[in-house]
Amino acid sequence: MQRIGVFICWCGSNIAATVDVQKVAEVMKSEPGVVYSADYQYMCSENGQQLIKQAIKEHNLTGIVVGSCSPRMHEATFRKTAEAAGLNPYMVEIANIREHCSWIHKDMDEATEKAIILVRTAIAKVKLNAPLMAGESPVVKRALVIGGGIAGIQAALDIADAGFEVDIVEKNATIGGRMAQLDKTFPTLDCSACILTPKMVDCAQHEKIDILSYSEVEEVKGFVGNFSVKIRRKARYVDETKCTGCKICMEKCPSKKGLNSFNMDLNTRPAIHIPFAQAIPNVAVIDPEQCIKLKTGKCGICQKFCGAGAIDYEQKDTFIEREYGAIVVATGYKPINLDAFNEYGYNDNKDVITSLELERLMNAAGPTNGVLLRPSDGEHPKVITFIQCVGSRDSSGCGKPYCSKICCMYTAKHAMLIREKYPDTEVHVFYIDVRTPGKNYDEFYRRAVEQYGVDYIKGMVGKVYNENGKLMVQGSNLIDNEQITIESDLVVLAAAIEPEPSVRKVATLLTASIDTNNFLTESHAKLRPVESPTAGVYLAGVCQGPKDIPETVSQASACAAKVIGLLAKDKLKTNPCVAIPDESMCNGCSQCANVCAYGAITYENKEFRLGGGKTEIRRVACVNPAVCQGCGACTVTCPSGAMDLKGFSSKQIMSEVEAICKK
Amino acid sequence: MKDVEMKMKERAKQLLESGEVARVVGWKKGDFCYDPSPATFETVEELDNFVYDYFCGANLSKYLIQISKKEGKTAVFLKPCDTYSFNQLVKEHRINRENVYVIAVECMAKFDIEKIKEKGVSQITGVEVKDKDVKVSSLYGETTLYKPEILLTKCETCQKTHQVKDEEIILHERPERDVDRFAEVKKLEAMTEDERFAFWKEQLSKCIRCNACRNVCPACSCVKCVFDNPASGVAAKANDSEFEEKLFHVIRAFHVAGRCTDCGECSRVCPQHIPLHLLNRKFIKDIDGLYGEFQAGEEAEGKTPLTSYTEGDAEPNDVLNGEAK
Repeated sequence: MQRIGVFICWCGSNIAATVDVQKVAEVMKSEPGVVYSADYQYMCSENGQQLIKQAIKEHNLTGIVVGSCSPRMHEATFRKTAEAAGLNPYMVEIANIREHCSWIHKDMDEATEKAIILVRTAIAKVKLNAPLMAGESPVVKRALVIGGGIAGIQAALDIADAGFEVDIVEKNATIGGRMAQLDKTFPTLDCSACILTPKMVDCAQHEKIDILSYSEVEEVKGFVGNFSVKIRRKARYVDETKCTGCKICMEKCPSKKGLNSFNMDLNTRPAIHIPFAQAIPNVAVIDPEQCIKLKTGKCGICQKFCGAGAIDYEQKDTFIEREYGAIVVATGYKPINLDAFNEYGYNDNKDVITSLELERLMNAAGPTNGVLLRPSDGEHPKVITFIQCVGSRDSSGCGKPYCSKICCMYTAKHAMLIREKYPDTEVHVFYIDVRTPGKNYDEFYRRAVEQYGVDYIKGMVGKVYNENGKLMVQGSNLIDNEQITIESDLVVLAAAIEPEPSVRKVATLLTASIDTNNFLTESHAKLRPVESPTAGVYLAGVCQGPKDIPETVSQASACAAKVIGLLAKDKLKTNPCVAIPDESMCNGCSQCANVCAYGAITYENKEFRLGGGKTEIRRVACVNPAVCQGCGACTVTCPSGAMDLKGFSSKQIMSEVEAICKK
Repeated sequence: MKDVEMKMKERAKQLLESGEVARVVGWKKGDFCYDPSPATFETVEELDNFVYDYFCGANLSKYLIQISKKEGKTAVFLKPCDTYSFNQLVKEHRINRENVYVIAVECMAKFDIEKIKEKGVSQITGVEVKDKDVKVSSLYGETTLYKPEILLTKCETCQKTHQVKDEEIILHERPERDVDRFAEVKKLEAMTEDERFAFWKEQLSKCIRCNACRNVCPACSCVKCVFDNPASGVAAKANDSEFEEKLFHVIRAFHVAGRCTDCGECSRVCPQHIPLHLLNRKFIKDIDGLYGEFQAGEEAEGKTPLTSYTEGDAEPNDVLNGEAK
C-alpha cells in the first residue's frame, strides 16, 4: 500500500498570493493513498526540507509530491532531501503550481482549483513510480569548440590552459571571425588585430589545441561526457601540411576577380588566396567556383609555381570522427540582409554602406589601405551621416525586434575616429536612443559629442536618395521638432546583427534549443546563462544573444570554467529514466532505432520459448542505458508498445491524464 | 491469364523438382471458381491444385514472415502491389530476404466477387475476359459485365509496378492508366467536419471487430498487437467510445501510418465493406503533402518520413494548418 506525503510550498507570496495553499494541502488529505499533507512558506529552505524528512520518517512515506516551482528549479533539491531521509530519490514528484499556475493566473479560486488538479495529477503519477538507481558513465576529456571567432578562441585557450585537449572547428579558412575584420575596438580604441592575433597565434602554438579550419560539424551522437562528432574537412585543394604561406600562388593566379568576402566584397581577390595577412592557419585555399583549373581543367599555374608542392586539385572533402566530453557553441553573427530596407538605398547607392564595410574601409589592411575613400569614386567624403538602429528594435517585421547592443558604441567609435583623422569632415548621427551602459562606455560617447563635435540628431531617417551625385538623407529632428535633409557624401548604416545562419544546423545536430530570432537559448536567463538546456553544450558569444567583445570574452571564459568543471570529473551520474524494451512484444522492426537521436538502440537475436518445447529466434531491441537520454521518442514510435520509459511510463502518463480529466 | 498460370505452375514444378526451393507460396483452388486461397506447395503433386486467375487478389507477402523462418528456400509469386508489402517487411526485418526467391507475376487487376454478385449474377462457374468485357458464366447462363465495374477497390486505382524480383513471369503488357487514387480522399476532405464525422460514424458502426483487416494487413505484423494486450490499456479504450470501434480503426491507421503501402487488403477482406483503405490513404496523402512524395515499400531499406528528421521538415504548425510542401 502506498503512503504518499504531499508538501505544498507558498514560495513566499509567489504561490500563496494566488493559490490558497492551505486549502490545497487540506483537500489533498482526503486523496486516496495520501497519509500526510502540509503547507509551508519555503519548502526549499532548511526548515522546509526538515519538515519533509521528518514526515517521511514519521509516517513511513513511500512517495512524496511537492507542490512548488518548476522541477527545473528544485527537483534535484527535493530528491536529495528524500534520499537523506532514506527514500529513493525517484519516488519524488513535483507538481509545478508556480510557473504553471500561480504566476499565470489572477483569480484565486480558479488558480486554487488548478493547483489541486496539478497536485492530484502528480499523486496519480507518484503512485506508479518505482525506485530507480542512477548509473555511471565515463567522461571523454576533450572539448569541441564550434566557431573560431574571439568567443571560440578564448574558450579554447582557457580550456587548453587547464590541461584539456580542445579542437576548434571553424567553417572559414582561418580562425579570427568578425573581430579580425574590425579596425579599432571600443572603448579603448586599441587596434582589433593587435589584440586578437596574439590570441590566434596562442591557439596555433598551444599543444593542447587542434585547429580544424575550413571544416564543419556534420553529425553529433552521444550525450554529455560522451559526444561522438563527425567533422567534414572541406577540400581546400591545398595540402595544409605542405603550404608555407608564401603567397606566390596569389600573385600568379590569373583568376583575380573573386569578391573578397573578408573585405565585405569591397574589392577582389585571386581564386587561390589566404584571407588576410595574419590568417591562422597561414594556408591558402582555392575557391572552386572561381578557379579556372577546377572549372575547366585548364590552368594549373599555382601548382607550377608552388615551391612546396602543396596544390592538390584532386582533393576531396574528408570526414573525421572524434569523441568529446563537452561542446562549446560559438558560431557568432552576421549583419542582417538589408533588402527589406529600400528607404536607405543600400542596394542602389555604392556610397550607402554598412558599419562593417566602414570597418574595412578604415582598416590599414583593407581595400583602401586605411584611407577613408568612398566606394563610388574614391573621393574623401566630406559629410558623413550615420543611421542607427537599421533593422534593430524594429517591430514592423522587416527587421529584428531586439536591440543589437553594439551599434551605439561602434557608431560613436567610427564618428570619433573620423573626426580625429579627418577634422574637416562633418559627421551626423541619427539615433533613437543612445545606449551606453558599461564600464567607460558613456564617457566614450560623451567624448564623441563634446570633444569631437559629432552632431547627434535624435530621430529616424525616412529616406535616403541620390540627387546630382549627393546622398540626401531626409529625417526628423525630434528635439527641434523639424524635418531635415542632410546632403551627405557617405551614409553608414548600423545594420542589426543576427546569429550566423549556420547555427540552425548546429542547434539541430546538438538538439540545443533556439529562440524565434535564432539565438541559442540558455538554460536559465540569470542563473545558468552559458549552459544550453542540452547537457554538455555551452554557449559563448553572439550565438546566444547580441553582445560586444568584452562580454563575449567573459562569456567564453565562463563557458571554459563550466567545461573544465565537467572534464575534471572522471565519471558522471547517468539519468536512470531511460527506455526499456519488453522483449516479449518487440518485433525488431527498427523503428525505435530510426528515431533514436542518440544511437542508444541496437538489436540482438534472442531465443524465445513458444511453448510445447518449441523455441523461436527473434530480433529484439536492446537499449544502452548509458547512452539513452530518456527523450521517449522510441516509446511513441513503437507500434506494439514494447518500449517504455522508466520514470515516465505510458501507464504513469495515462494515469496523469486521467487524473487531470477526472471531475 | 491461363497461359500465365501454366507458366507459373511449370516454373514451380521445376523449382520443387530441382530442390532449389523447399516450397512455393501461391494460390490454390477453392470450392468455387471465385474463392482461391493462399497456399504453400511442398510437392509437385500438390501443384495440381495450383491456380492463378482473376480472383487471386490476396497479398502473399505477410505469410512470408513465418514461412521465411523455415528451413530451406521459399519461392513466392508476387503481384506488383504485393512487392511493396514485401519490401516494407524486409525493411522492418520481418522477412528473411535470403530465404525467399521472388517471382514477379503479371497482374491485369483482380475481380471482386461481391461486385459481380451485386450485378445480379450468382452461381458463377467461370469468367472469360476480352479487353473490357468480362463474360461471366453461371448455372443460369452467361452474362457480359464491364470490367472496370467489377474490379477490387484496390485495383481500381492501382498503378504499381514490381519493386522486387528475382525473376519474372510477365506475358502481357498491362495497359497504362491515369487515375487519381486520392479522388475519394479529396471528397472526404471537402466535407465539413460534421459531415465527415457522420460518414465515418456510419461506416465504422458496421464493424463487427472480426479483426480481419488487422490480421490481413502486412503492416500489422506485431508479435503482440496492442489490442490483444490488456496491459497496454489500449484494448479497453478501443471499446469505450461513442460509436463502436471508432478508436480501433483510428489507432490502427496511426500505427501503420508511413508504413502502409496502400495494398488495399483491409478493404478487400472486410466482410462489412467498410472502405478502411481511405483512412490509410488520407495519411499517405498528408505525408506526401508535408514531406514530399513517399511510397512505402519502394525501398527495402532506409528511413521513412515519419521516423526520420531532416532539416526543413514540416513544423508542427504546418501540420496543424494543413500547409503542404
